[in-house]
Amino acid sequence: MIRRGSYGAGARIGWLEWLPWVAALAVFIVLPEYLPLGARVLVYILFALSLDLIIGYAGIITLGHSAFFGLGAYVAGILGAKLGITDPLLQMAAAAAAAALLGVVTGTVILRTKGLTLLMLTLAITTILLEVANKATDVTGGADGLSGIVVAPIFGQFRFDMFGKTAYLYCLLVLFAGWWITRRIVYSPFGTSLVGIRENAVRMHAVGAPVYFRLVAIYTISATMAGCAGALLTQTNQFVGLNVLSFEFAGELLVMLVLGGVGRIYGAFVGPLAYMIAQDQLAKQFPEYWYFGIGLLLVAVVLFARGGLLGILDLAVEKVRGARR
Amino acid sequence: MSVVLETRQLCKKFGALTVADNIDFRLEAGERRALIGPNGAGKTTFINMLTGRIAPSSGRILLGGDDITGLAQAARVKRGLGRTFQINTLFRDLTVLDNVALGIAERRGIAGRKWRPASAHDEVRSEVLELLAELDLSAEAGRRLLDLPYGKQRLVEIAIALGLKPRVLLLDEPAAGVPSLESGRILQALDNLPRDIAILIIEHDMDVVFRFARRITVLVQGEVLVEGTPEEIAGDSRVRHVYLGEGRRD
Repeated sequence: MIRRGSYGAGARIGWLEWLPWVAALAVFIVLPEYLPLGARVLVYILFALSLDLIIGYAGIITLGHSAFFGLGAYVAGILGAKLGITDPLLQMAAAAAAAALLGVVTGTVILRTKGLTLLMLTLAITTILLEVANKATDVTGGADGLSGIVVAPIFGQFRFDMFGKTAYLYCLLVLFAGWWITRRIVYSPFGTSLVGIRENAVRMHAVGAPVYFRLVAIYTISATMAGCAGALLTQTNQFVGLNVLSFEFAGELLVMLVLGGVGRIYGAFVGPLAYMIAQDQLAKQFPEYWYFGIGLLLVAVVLFARGGLLGILDLAVEKVRGARR
Repeated sequence: MSVVLETRQLCKKFGALTVADNIDFRLEAGERRALIGPNGAGKTTFINMLTGRIAPSSGRILLGGDDITGLAQAARVKRGLGRTFQINTLFRDLTVLDNVALGIAERRGIAGRKWRPASAHDEVRSEVLELLAELDLSAEAGRRLLDLPYGKQRLVEIAIALGLKPRVLLLDEPAAGVPSLESGRILQALDNLPRDIAILIIEHDMDVVFRFARRITVLVQGEVLVEGTPEEIAGDSRVRHVYLGEGRRD
C-alpha cells in the first residue's frame, strides 16, 4: 500500500509493519553465518529509506545521493583512522553533521532547479566529491581505499566481534531509529505537504506553502540519514572504498528502491533485500553474468509492476478482495 | 468603502508585446467585480501579476494599503489573497479532504510540523468537513479527486481557495469546461460566497458575469477600456464593438 500522511486516515502502526523487525531478529538467531551480509542489507535499507523520503515523497529526482552516504563513510573513517576518534557514536554524529551540512548547502543551491537540470547537478556534486576523495590520498587513501580504521566498543562495552553480531544489532538499532523518524515525518503535516508539492507545486505555492524551504528541509534530513548509513558501512567494514561516492552506487540504490516500490517506506526494505539476495544467488549460478539477471528483474518490474515488488503485492491483495465480493 | 486591492500603473511587457498597459485598478471590500475582455486581452496575465506568479515590468500592487509588489506568492496568500485556477490545479491523487486540508494547514501555520501525525490534527479535519458541507461536497470527502466529475472538481478548486480565508479572492473562469447540467451548482456556490470577501471573477460566460457581478471592468489589449455597472457595460458601444467584432477600437 502507498503510505503517506493524510488529514483523514490514521497513522497507527499496523501489525504488518512489525514484520521486518521480527524477521531481522529471527535472522540474528537462526542464520548467524549470514550476519555480515545481513548488516550490509540493513545499511542499504537505511540508505534506500533516505532516498525514498526525497524521491518517493518530495519528488526530488537525484542521481547523486551517494554524495551524502560517501561523505558520512569517509568522515567516520578518517576520524577512526587518522584522528584517533574511535568512539562509534561520536563518529556517527560527526558523519551525520557533515552530511547535513553538505545537504543544506547543496540543497539551497540546486533545489532552485528541477527536472533534468536538478538531476545533472546532483550528479555533478557526487562526481566532484569522488574526485576530491580520489586526489586527497593523504587523507582518504585515494584509489586504494581507507583502511586501518579503529572503532572502539559501543559505550565502551560492546566490541565489534569477528562474527558480526554486534555490528548487526548496532545496524538494526540505527535502522530502527531511522525508520521511526521516517515514519513520523511521512505521516506528519510536513510529510503530507511534501506529497502536495510532488503532486502539484503550483497549487502549493498558491495556498501559501514555502515550497522551496520545505524541499531544502527534507533534502537535509535525507542527507543526514544517508550520512549515518555511510558511517554504519565504515564501522562494520572498517574500510572505505572510493566506490561509496560513485554515480554507479547512487544508481544501484535507485534500482533497489524502484525494485521495492517508491513512496511506500517498505519498498526501501524489500528492494535492497531482494536485490542483494538476487545478487548473491545469481553470482553463485552465473558468476560472469549476474548483472544480466538484475537487469532482467528491473525491466520486468518497470514494465509490469510500476509500484515495484510491493506494488505487485498490492495488486494481488486487491484481486483476492475483489474475488471475495 | 475601503479599497482592499489596488494596482497603480501596472505594466507587463514581453519584449515588444505589451500585455498590461498602465492598469489602474481598485477593488473595494466585499465587492463583486468581473473582469472581462476578448481572448488575449491580458486577463490571466493580470491575475498572475496580482498573485505574484509573474513579476510586473513596472507599477505597483497594494493589498490592504500595503505594497506587495515585491512579495512572493506565499507571502501574498498569508496576507489574504486567494485564487482559483482556470484549469484545474489540484492534487489529483489525493482525497478531496486532503486537497482542502493542505491549504487550511498552511493557513493555520501547522503545515511544517514534523512529528505529530496529520490525522491527529482534528481542528484541520473538522474545518475541512465544515467547508465541504457548505459546498455540498460532504459525501465526496473521502474520494480520490481523480474519481470526481469535472464539475465537482471545480468546486474543490473553490473550496481550497475558501479554506485560506482570503480577504480578496480571484476566480479565474470558475465555470470553465463545466457541462451546463452541472454549472448551476457552481453558480449557486458563487452566490453563497461569504459577503465580506472581495471577489474578482474572470469569466467568458456573460450569464455568469451579469448574474454575479455588481461592477464590470473591460480589459482590451492590456488596457482598461471601461468600467461600470452591468447595465452601463451592456449599453456601452465600445464594448459591443470589441465583442461583436465590428472592427477594432481605434
